[in-house]
Amino acid sequence: MEAQLQQLKEEVLQKIEASASVKELNDVRVAYLGKKGPITDLLKGMGKLPAEERPKMGALVNVVREEVTTVLEARMTLLQEQAINEQLEKESIDVTLPGRPVKMGNHHPLTRVVEEIEDLFIGMGYEIAEGPEVEKDYYNFEALNLPKGHPARDMQDSFYISEDILLRTHTSPVQARTMEAKEGQPIKIICPGKVYRRDNDDATHSHQFTQIEGLVIGENIRMSDLKGTLSVFAKKMFGDDREIRLRPSFFPFTEPSVEMDISCFKCGGDGCNVCKKTGWIEILGAGMVHPNVLEMAGYDSKKLSGFAFGMGPERIAMLKYGVEDIRHFYTNDVRFLSQFHRTEV
Amino acid sequence: MLVSTKWLSEYVNTQGLDPKDLGEKITRAGIEVDAVLDRSHGMTNVVVGYVKEKVKHPEADKLNICQVDVGEETTQIICGAPNVEAGQKVIVARPGAVLPGGMKIKKAKLRGEESNGMICSLQELGIEGRLVPKAYADGIYVLPETAVPGESVLPLLGLDDIVLELGLTPNRSDALSMLGVAYEVGAILSEDMKYPEAAYTASNVKATDFLKLTVEAIEENPMYIAKVVKNVQVKESPLWLQHRLMAAGVRPHNNVVDITNYVLMEYGQPLHAFDYDRLETKEIVVRLAGDGEKIVTLDDQERTLKSNNLVITNGNEPVAIAGVMGGANSEVHDGTTTVVIESAYFVSGSVRQTSKDHNLRSDASARFEKGVDPNRVILAAERAASLLAELAGGEVLAGSVIVDELDKTPAEVVVSPDFINNRLGMKISLEDMTSILTRLKFDYQAANGLLYIKAPTRRQDIKIEEDIIEEIARMYGYDEIPMTLPVEESKPGGLTSYQAKRRQVRAYLEGAGLYQAITYSLTSKEMSQKFALETAPVTELLMPMSEERSILRQSLIPHLLEAVTYNTARQADTVALYEVGSVFLGETDSGLPHEQEHLAAVISGKWLDHSWQGEKKAVDFFVLKGIVEGLMELLGHTSELTFERAVVDGLHPGRTASIKLSGEKIGLIAQLHPSEQKDRDLKETYVLEMDLAKVLNKEVEALYYAPVSKFPSITRDIALVVDSEKATGELQAIIQLSGGRLLKGVNLFDLYEGEKMEPGKKSVAFSLTYFDPERTLTDEEVVNAHNKVLKALAEQAGAELRG
Ligand SMILES: [Zn+2]
Repeated sequence: MEAQLQQLKEEVLQKIEASASVKELNDVRVAYLGKKGPITDLLKGMGKLPAEERPKMGALVNVVREEVTTVLEARMTLLQEQAINEQLEKESIDVTLPGRPVKMGNHHPLTRVVEEIEDLFIGMGYEIAEGPEVEKDYYNFEALNLPKGHPARDMQDSFYISEDILLRTHTSPVQARTMEAKEGQPIKIICPGKVYRRDNDDATHSHQFTQIEGLVIGENIRMSDLKGTLSVFAKKMFGDDREIRLRPSFFPFTEPSVEMDISCFKCGGDGCNVCKKTGWIEILGAGMVHPNVLEMAGYDSKKLSGFAFGMGPERIAMLKYGVEDIRHFYTNDVRFLSQFHRTEV
Repeated sequence: MLVSTKWLSEYVNTQGLDPKDLGEKITRAGIEVDAVLDRSHGMTNVVVGYVKEKVKHPEADKLNICQVDVGEETTQIICGAPNVEAGQKVIVARPGAVLPGGMKIKKAKLRGEESNGMICSLQELGIEGRLVPKAYADGIYVLPETAVPGESVLPLLGLDDIVLELGLTPNRSDALSMLGVAYEVGAILSEDMKYPEAAYTASNVKATDFLKLTVEAIEENPMYIAKVVKNVQVKESPLWLQHRLMAAGVRPHNNVVDITNYVLMEYGQPLHAFDYDRLETKEIVVRLAGDGEKIVTLDDQERTLKSNNLVITNGNEPVAIAGVMGGANSEVHDGTTTVVIESAYFVSGSVRQTSKDHNLRSDASARFEKGVDPNRVILAAERAASLLAELAGGEVLAGSVIVDELDKTPAEVVVSPDFINNRLGMKISLEDMTSILTRLKFDYQAANGLLYIKAPTRRQDIKIEEDIIEEIARMYGYDEIPMTLPVEESKPGGLTSYQAKRRQVRAYLEGAGLYQAITYSLTSKEMSQKFALETAPVTELLMPMSEERSILRQSLIPHLLEAVTYNTARQADTVALYEVGSVFLGETDSGLPHEQEHLAAVISGKWLDHSWQGEKKAVDFFVLKGIVEGLMELLGHTSELTFERAVVDGLHPGRTASIKLSGEKIGLIAQLHPSEQKDRDLKETYVLEMDLAKVLNKEVEALYYAPVSKFPSITRDIALVVDSEKATGELQAIIQLSGGRLLKGVNLFDLYEGEKMEPGKKSVAFSLTYFDPERTLTDEEVVNAHNKVLKALAEQAGAELRG
């Protein structure tokens, strides 16, 4: 019987070794170790043995059974792992296939520039003021020290609706309206918006374009405050190492009036095609609010003073992003618009 | 204004500065130098030649073979100019010369004949054709006999000069003259001025015996002075005068006309020369024109005058439009012997109006319009008289014929140095301030802590304290102004709630896949009201530049559609654009149109496209509707939002809906009408327009959190059979109203119309969620609520439960 047991063990081990799948191995388990298997049969057949041999034989069968079970479990683990690996292999994908696109549009580049400027000044305590695009001649010109017949009106050929109403030629009427509404109180505003001039559309002109202006009125506002404010703007907008310079200029609504240049952000001032070899780029016009403008809005120009500045987001976007034709901003070509998606650092 | 630096240095010492550096200094001090123009264009090897002999080219009719003495040798040059003659002194570009157009002169053979250079016109030396004297406009230029063969022509023609082109702002009309620029440069460089001379020996005869002057329109013409010069010889001006005029952008004519133009450029005071004999009446009367009165001006145009136009007459008929242009009838010509020089002060508004009326601008009108210096009227007249004596051999009659009621007192400005420093944020000393005023040649007195300043009349722009601040600051240097920030009560800045929400709307739409577009507000009559949510009288331009841009829009959709068409025509297979902008609804009490901020979107083409996974879906109505629903959810208006079938011209009649908030129409959403799509070559295209202002201004409930319940919800599905035309929105509303407080959600999950259904019927399936946050619901409660829903559906919509 012992020999029979040994033979059985050999046989089982061989079968375990030969099983190639979890299923086959389970069959082996059922066939040899199950209730109807030969090992169970052996244990059952022990009754025929003499009583003194039974414990020894029983222990022997148990040893064989445990041995076989251990080998089988090990084989089982191995085969299960193999099966999982096979399954995973089957499930593998081509990770280089394109992903499902996330639909995303983005700001128009002009809005991008305007919001950047708005946020920068909001951080310095400014509010955003807006006003109508169709304006009264009074707010567009007269309240800004441009009476009828003023030679500077030639600078801005306008679209008139009637003798007294026109499409605003700048966002300055928003300043005039705000001053009138604030009745002598201090002001700190940024005014963005669309403006219109009688120009033929070409690479550098557009009959419709955008402007963004700032106005500060308070007690003892100085020209040095204007210069400091513009310097903060230039550095935040165009880089920390930007320098600014002011040049005298003329606007009817400011006195003194200046134009601000920044040191070229492309060449740093050495001269390149962006700055037309001068090292400087003209960015905006500014000045101290003309006393006539203050007085007309009911401010005492001896007690209060202010500064104002204005610039063109188109020009800034053209400089910053290298856009060569202003008409791109109004064609709305998706191949153009979609380039203004990514963040800038 | 074109400023020859050579000419300028006659009035002020420019300290030998390189013209570029001088230009930079002028710019930094306030007058922008737009360009620094080298008149020589770097030319070399361009010399005086003497044409010794000229014979016809045997092989070519239009060519001449010239033997030209060029100093070191006599050489053969072929010349095609019609006016070349033996005995002329001419301009010769020798082999090796490079002319301004880039033309390189080489030895050449023309039809077999050797040519060693080129005889040049002024145009070939880079002078604009409109400036070349008429006699030489179509041929070579002939130099004076005194020119020496072999010498460079550059100094002779004033081409060894650099011209500064000034971009003048309207306030600085004082710099519309060489003297004005000299004052500015003198102030910048701390240099004194040298004034032009006006010395001549006057005749014994008095001008007033020759000419009578009456000014009838003294308001428009407060000062008029006439000089009479006899025995004038009209001829070509000396070369120096001609080339100075050309450098200043003025074409030389004859010595008399050139002198008036020269003095105009020198003093900024326009002058006019009349032929005394052609005046016929020995009289000048200045008056307003009669309506319809006619004059032929120097440019040979007949002009019909208006009653507010100021004219110079001979007592009978106009001989000049005052300050704008002379008349042909009294023009100086070759046979003129007696000249009347007019120097006058015409009021700027009058000249501007007249110039505008006749669309006629001249060097004279440009200066009068901006206001000339009252104190130069006489000086300029005397200067012209002296030049006529010197260059035209004229005999200047004694005295002037003059009417003068012009106020020539300078403007007085009183300002305190503290005020100046306070406004600038600087600490400039009184000494520095007065030294600047001295450099500017402003009269001043410092007393009682104040500066009493008399601005010279040439500086008409100096009127108030702030003007003095600017003068001090620009001369002191804007670089010296420190940088500070306003010192004030600190207040937070920020966006209004409207502005903040508008930014969120933009971000949301972009997150949903739409690009922001900006289109034009001006449109055509045809497009102005197309697709409009609401129409009102249109706002039209008085003088549009084109019909395309003549009226303000009342809908954003047409221009967005244009942009979509543009992109589609350029192979974009998906276009999704939105715009936030104003529409203009006229007319309101204020006279201004009502400007409403609208939001519009247009989508066309593919929406889902992930081809390798076989997913592809064209844009449809519900893509855009979903975007609207999401937007309203963002803004907190979901429960007030409804959609209703609507009909709008140009939109698909079966696929158009009004968008309503609490029953009020706020927008529309639709498919573009197929015929409109076809016109634009578009696939299915969907449009949206919304009164954004109305939406953003609508009140929204404060946001409160609802506790998240730990009790389960119970879901029941129902499938209904209803009439095909029954709107699912109506069914949903019935369910919501009848479901009671336990019904928390209704979700349409299936819709079927087709062959398995009885004709005219459709199947609609909803999933209903019942839920009580306080406890677990019993079956009985749910059944009760659900039965009420089924009953209401049967009664109100004739809905049957599908088996
Ligand atoms: Zn540069």
